[in-house]
Amino acid sequence: MSAAETLASSVRADAPPAILLERVNKWFGALHVLRDVSMQVATGERVVVCGPSGSGKSTLIRCINRLEEHQEGRIVVDGIELTDDLRSLDAIRREVGMVFQSFNLFPHLTILENCTLAPIWVRKMPKKQAEELAMEYLTRVRIPEQAHKYPGQLSGGQQQRVAIARALCMQPKIMLFDEPTSALDPEMIKEVLDTMVELAATGMTMICVTHEMGFARQVADRVVFMDRGEIVEQGTPQEIFGNPKTERLQLFLSQILRGH
Amino acid sequence: MSDIAAPAALPASRQPPVRMTGPLAWLRENLFSSWWSTAVTLALAYLLIRYALGFVDWAFVNAIWSVPTGANGLPDTSSCRNNPGGACWAVITEKHRFILFGTYPFDEHWRPMLVCALFVGLYIVSAMRRFWNWRIVPIWLVTLSLIGVLMWGGVFGLTYVPQERWGGLPITLILATFGLAFAFPLAILVALGRRSKLPAIKAICVLYVELIRGVPLISLLFMASVMFPLFLPEGMNIDKLLRAQIAIILFAGAYLAEVVRGGLQALPKGQYEAADALGLSYWKKTLLIVLPQALRLVIPPLVNTFIGFFKDTSLVLIIGIFDLLTAGKTAIIEPQWQGFGVEVYVVLGIIYFIFCFAMSKYSAGLEAEFNRHRRR
Repeated sequence: MSAAETLASSVRADAPPAILLERVNKWFGALHVLRDVSMQVATGERVVVCGPSGSGKSTLIRCINRLEEHQEGRIVVDGIELTDDLRSLDAIRREVGMVFQSFNLFPHLTILENCTLAPIWVRKMPKKQAEELAMEYLTRVRIPEQAHKYPGQLSGGQQQRVAIARALCMQPKIMLFDEPTSALDPEMIKEVLDTMVELAATGMTMICVTHEMGFARQVADRVVFMDRGEIVEQGTPQEIFGNPKTERLQLFLSQILRGH
Repeated sequence: MSDIAAPAALPASRQPPVRMTGPLAWLRENLFSSWWSTAVTLALAYLLIRYALGFVDWAFVNAIWSVPTGANGLPDTSSCRNNPGGACWAVITEKHRFILFGTYPFDEHWRPMLVCALFVGLYIVSAMRRFWNWRIVPIWLVTLSLIGVLMWGGVFGLTYVPQERWGGLPITLILATFGLAFAFPLAILVALGRRSKLPAIKAICVLYVELIRGVPLISLLFMASVMFPLFLPEGMNIDKLLRAQIAIILFAGAYLAEVVRGGLQALPKGQYEAADALGLSYWKKTLLIVLPQALRLVIPPLVNTFIGFFKDTSLVLIIGIFDLLTAGKTAIIEPQWQGFGVEVYVVLGIIYFIFCFAMSKYSAGLEAEFNRHRRR
């Protein structure tokens, strides 16, 4: 656990929060999926969000880069409030990278093109520079040799590592992970988690929705437990896993531990 | 079997079962596998050979390729009339220039001929992926202006030929090329518009598609040629060919829009979300991520519609425009050539087939090339 402590020390408590949510509410039709959710994520902090399916955890992080719109409350990312203003949305999406459960690589582009697309077209980076940057990140996720293949030619674990590299190529300040290992075969989960652990060690601000409790213990500064659209309990991994206070968290932990 | 924990050695791989190959095995398996199959094969083979031989007799062995000029200065087709078992290709020999170029002044036929060659050249160049960049725009502009100059004339010492005298293959190629070249971008915009979140844009696009799709092309052409001029102010007149062209563009646009929309709908939502999450704007997302994938998905129905419209241009005959088919029909109106329609229609069919088959083959190649990324 010493690794977690040294990582935790990189969090600067005095800096303004990277992400601020205040009493956020969201409905899908009549279904109340987020209920008065408030939380802060400090710059450099690594937060793991867990909870049973349908608890609103994916919706929560999809609200942070406005893939979903919240209906009530405030969301401030990197000092910019999320509103209907398209310019603020563009600014936020440039600073927030996202990794999806189903990878969502662009199948008609090569791995390298997947990684250089946004830097070239959004950041206006020269092509050569973007390619050098992409190769740097592909090397970091340990698949530089696949750069000229198409996503369909790669395994699931490799595709997800490419998706991480693609998001990193935009050099975001914040990374969101939406169940990045849920669609993977068991033997590929580790390679993706290893990549994420390495990323965490660089001091990146991260919010991960995941059920990988080993990962949470290893890198999370804080674990947030959600159920039925609200944050039920949060704390350090030791507190959450070692000393769950609420009945709902105890029930959830007993269920996922039985599964493992 | 129950002892799954034991690290058993892998069982030796077996060879796949032996399959007979070669043409003889194929014949036996597919054509003569049972007495019933054998009987059908023999019966069909008999019919096939009989009619193939009959056609060869008609088209080649007994055919007449030219006829002498009669006493009145007109071709004497009596030899053809006395030869019911053979084709009279003399009608093509005599009339091919009229069929191809219609009533275009006879001495100027080199001009529409060059135009046809330019069109074919334009298709070939456009089909080469090497030219799929900004260079294609000037190539099209220059070629199409050249075609306009050649057809109309009136400059560079070319005699002026009014549009009413144009006819034959150039008309078909003009209607099809301009029609699809304008209808395709229009269709993409309409398909995107139909999925727009803005209610006004969506409503306009839906209205356009449903209105145009709800009427036959013939009535649209009638409207363009007969009714439309009534609404124009006195003395103002838009070229008849242009009006038909616009009708064809609008019609093809509505059909193609639905094909493109099918492709847009087939794209997984995750692709849109990934593009959004990377910060791509609507147009960048559409041009770089959505359309390249959506259009690849719909190459077969897209080309299907293209081919359909290439042939549908022949409907302009009802408003008196001399396209290839109309020119062919008109060629056999003269009394001495009446009754030789089959020969003319066979030739017209071959010309249409060449263009449509080329489109079809090209699309098959394009599909294979474009879907390379799906192969493992």
